[in-house]
Order: sequence, then structure tokens, then C-alpha cells
Amino acid sequence: MPSRRRALLLLAALTALALASLVAALLAGSYAVAPGEVWAALTGAGQDTAGAVVSGLRLPRALAAFACGGLLALAGALMQVLLRNPLADPYVLGISGGAAVGALLAMLAGLALALINLFAFAGAFAAMLLVFGLARGDGSWTQTRLLLTGVIVAAGCSAVVALILSVAPEHQLRSMLFWLMGDLSHAGTPWPALLVLALGLAAALPLSRDLNLLARGDLIARTLGVRVRGLRGAVYVLASLLTAVAVTTAGSVGFVGLVVPHLVRLAVGNDQRVLLPAAALAGGSLLVIADTLARTLVAPQQLPVGVLTALLGVPVFLYLLSRQTKGSTP
Amino acid sequence: MSSLLAVRGLAVAVGGRTVVRGLDLELAAGERLAILGRNGAGKTTLLHTLAGLRPPAAGRIDLCGAALAQTPPRLVAQLRGVLLQQQVDAFPASVLETALIGRHPWLKRWAWESAADARIARAALAAVDLAGFAARDVQTLSGGERQRLAIATLLTQQPRLALLDEPLSHLDLNHQIAALQLLARTAQETGTALVMVMHDPGLAARYCDRALLVHGDGRVESGSAADMLTAERLSALYQHPLRMVEADGQRCFLPL
Repeated sequence: MPSRRRALLLLAALTALALASLVAALLAGSYAVAPGEVWAALTGAGQDTAGAVVSGLRLPRALAAFACGGLLALAGALMQVLLRNPLADPYVLGISGGAAVGALLAMLAGLALALINLFAFAGAFAAMLLVFGLARGDGSWTQTRLLLTGVIVAAGCSAVVALILSVAPEHQLRSMLFWLMGDLSHAGTPWPALLVLALGLAAALPLSRDLNLLARGDLIARTLGVRVRGLRGAVYVLASLLTAVAVTTAGSVGFVGLVVPHLVRLAVGNDQRVLLPAAALAGGSLLVIADTLARTLVAPQQLPVGVLTALLGVPVFLYLLSRQTKGSTP
Repeated sequence: MSSLLAVRGLAVAVGGRTVVRGLDLELAAGERLAILGRNGAGKTTLLHTLAGLRPPAAGRIDLCGAALAQTPPRLVAQLRGVLLQQQVDAFPASVLETALIGRHPWLKRWAWESAADARIARAALAAVDLAGFAARDVQTLSGGERQRLAIATLLTQQPRLALLDEPLSHLDLNHQIAALQLLARTAQETGTALVMVMHDPGLAARYCDRALLVHGDGRVESGSAADMLTAERLSALYQHPLRMVEADGQRCFLPL
């Protein structure tokens, strides 16, 4: 258990990392902008092209990336506790599958961007209610039952996604694939996602010591006075909503929600009081960096950011996994 | 002073089968009660019911003079502690952190474990012979070490009533005796009442003053350890003939 002092130092360091990643995102790009111009644009002084590029294009996109990364990492950390499974991620219970079905249906119908986002959110919400209702069916509400229900709903959703892709006209396939891989170029205004991230943290932090106990098992948590049933319901709804907002903003960006909680856990241990805010900051920073790379590596061509997070995430995760199996053999 | 635990007309059912019927029980501070019975007789289910982890089929349980079912969970956790039969760790955590979860019911929502809490936890670890293990990852502990850590977590919780499900499982012989002596000492010094599910009637006779025999068909017998732990009753309980041997004033039960 890190002391409160060490926890604050660590969170301060991660905040600095987040700010640095945001500054880098504002500076980098095919249109060269000097640090002074960035400052002028942020303070509202610059009205030139540089100012428009920074405050009109790069800042909203970087903030949206930060919000999405933070939402996914926080949701992933919550799901891992809820399912008591270190391999859980925000998508394991079918939330992203539901969002994908909604978004692709909207794209197939040729709807506008705002409606695509609305459909994505509705799909995520429907998947969440479906899993919730089915998993609670007999009141047992166990981890295995929840996980199985979620995995089955997710499998159903990917079948529908494959169906839509196979009947979609040629010219829509590219934007559909980008949505499925996760892409921030159509993110729109970042403020709703940032607000949800802040509210999500504010809702999760008071529960974090209870979550420490939940991670050790339902029964032990109950013997120590945690109201497990209500807590698990609250965590499920919270993690699902965070995920729904993230995928609505950027599509299903992979691996942030799985790998970031693990990385943070390696650095600070599994105390949720530190892990949850640290995961949000680290996940946000990672996605800002990944998105900056995605739009600059092969500029003017843009890569979907989900490809980069996966390319960064897969080796890290495989390393963690091999380390874990070594550690657990007696 | 009223009893810590008062049970009236308790019935416990599991899977549609009534395993305990009409149980009356009073436990005062410092008393030590052993629960014995065959595998699947309902000992764990009874213990969980007494702990408030599952509702009784009938009857009433009072903890420190108030109805258990109506007491808020956090207050219940300040009054009674439970040693579960199995310890499962899905995530890595240090031994000290794991002992410190026993302080959870005593901490306010935003409070962090204080130096005083850490002292309580370290003293408990030392008491179960895990003093040098504070920084070790729980996932690397042996079965016996993990069991002693669970006992330390229970001691760190400082409950007035401790319910222990097979406290001796995974423990080697010297640690079995050390654990029972530690628990008996705790009961004597702090007035903690103990309820222990046990498998060795000899150790139960030596370390408990009361015994509850659970037959599994609803019948229960309870009384002083001296009255309950006899060859005749235990042979009927385990449905296997036992012979009692006395040596140095200690009872021992040999299966024939």
C-alpha cells in the first residue's frame, strides 16, 4: 500500500506527463507551429492560421484523445475489479459491440455524424441493459455468469457487424473499418467526454477502498462490511457508461483499457485509491501520444489510432502475461 | 453483561435440505465454541448464517444485543470477524496490505490506514509467525503461510466475536498448536468470543470450552466440551467407532 504522500507524488508526475503529451500534440503536425504561437493561440491572442490550427483542430482532437484514453483506462480498471479478472477490458461485456452495431447501422443508412454518435451510444446502452438484465436473471449475479453473458452478447454483436460489413456498399467500408479500429479524426467537441471522465472519477474514488476489498472476492468483502450487491451494480453501470461515451467519441480503440491498468498496477500496486486516478491520467496520455503519432507518422495520410494502441499494446501485454505465468508457478 | 451472540430457534437450509433445526445458543465474551460434524453436514453454512452472510431459514440471531439482520454491514464488521475456508487472490498484493484490509470497517470513507493501523497489522503478522513477510506478494505464499495471514487479517480486524471456518487447514502440526494457543490467548486477554469449525475432536476438547455437534439431518447437540466430546457421541456424529484415550489430562480420540 503506497502512503498517501507517495500516491500524491505519483499522481503529480502523471499529471505532468499528461500536460507534456498535450503540448506535444499541439506542436506536432504537418503545419509547423512554434511554441510561442501555441501559447498565443491558447490565450486567445493569435488570430492567424497557426492559431486556427492549434485551437480549432489540434486542441479539440488532443483533448478528445485524452478523454477517451482516460475513460477507457478507468473503465478497464473497474471491469478488472468487477470481474476479478486481470484479463478483463472495457469491451469484454459487449458494450463496444453494441456501439459498433449502432454506429455501422447509422453509417449504412447514410446518417450525419451526430446521428452516428447517437446510434453508437444507443447501441452501447442497449448492450449494457441486455447483459445486465440477463446476468441478473436468477439473482445470483456471479462473475462467471456476468462474464459469460457479456462474451456471448459481444459475439452476437460482432456477427451483426460482420453482416453489415458484408452488405455495405464499397465506398462506406473505409469509414466503417476506421470506426471499428478506433479513430479520432471525427471526434468532434471533446467537452462532453472530458466532463464524463471527471464525473466518473468523482463517482469511483469514494468507492475505491470498497473496491480494494471487492477485488479480493465477494465473500471476504462482505465479511468486512462492504455492501457487495449494490457496489457491483454501481460499478457495472459506471464502467459501462464510461465505455459507451469513449466508443461514441472515438470508436473502439483497443488495448488502452486492458494494458494501462496493468502498467499502472505494476508501478503502484493494486490500491484502487491510487490506481483509478493514475490509470485515467496514464490512459489519457497514452492515447494523446498514440493519436499524435497516428496523424503525423505517414502524414498527410492518417492512421486509425486503434492500430497504434494495439501495436504498442500487444508486445507490452504479452510481456506482462509471460511475467505473470512465471510468477504464479510455485 | 448480555451475550455477544444469542441465537433462538435457528433453522439453516442449504439446497432445499434443512441441516440445522431449532438451534438455541448463547455465547458470552471469552467463550470458545467448537463446531464439529461430518463433511457436508452444514457447518460452514451454519457459520455463514451466524456471520450474517446468508439469511437463516427461520429463527433469530442477535449480535451484541441487536438483531443481526437489521445491523448495518459496517457495524457488523466491527463486531464480528470471519475466517473463510478458502483464501483466493486474483491480484498481487503485499502481505501487510492484506492484513490491513482488516482495518477497513474501522476507517472512515476518505481515511487512509494510519501508523496505528499498521502497528496493529504488524503485531498480528508477528503473532502468526509472519513478521519478516510484510513486503512479500500474497500470490507467492504457501498454503499454510496464506492461512496464517488470513488469521492475522482477522486479528487486525479486532472483532468481539470471531467465526473461524477450519482455522487449522493447511497448517503443519506446530503451527496448528501455535494458532490455537494464539486464539485462546486472544480470547482470554481481549474477551473475544470464538466459534471454530474443527475436525480434530481432541484439539477441540483441549482448546474450546463448549462444543456444538451438527449431524446434518437437522439435529444439533450443544453443551460443555466435556459433556459433548465423548466417544459415544462422537462415534454417533461421525458414524464411525471412536475410542477415547486420556494422557496427561488431555483427551484423544482414536478411530477404530
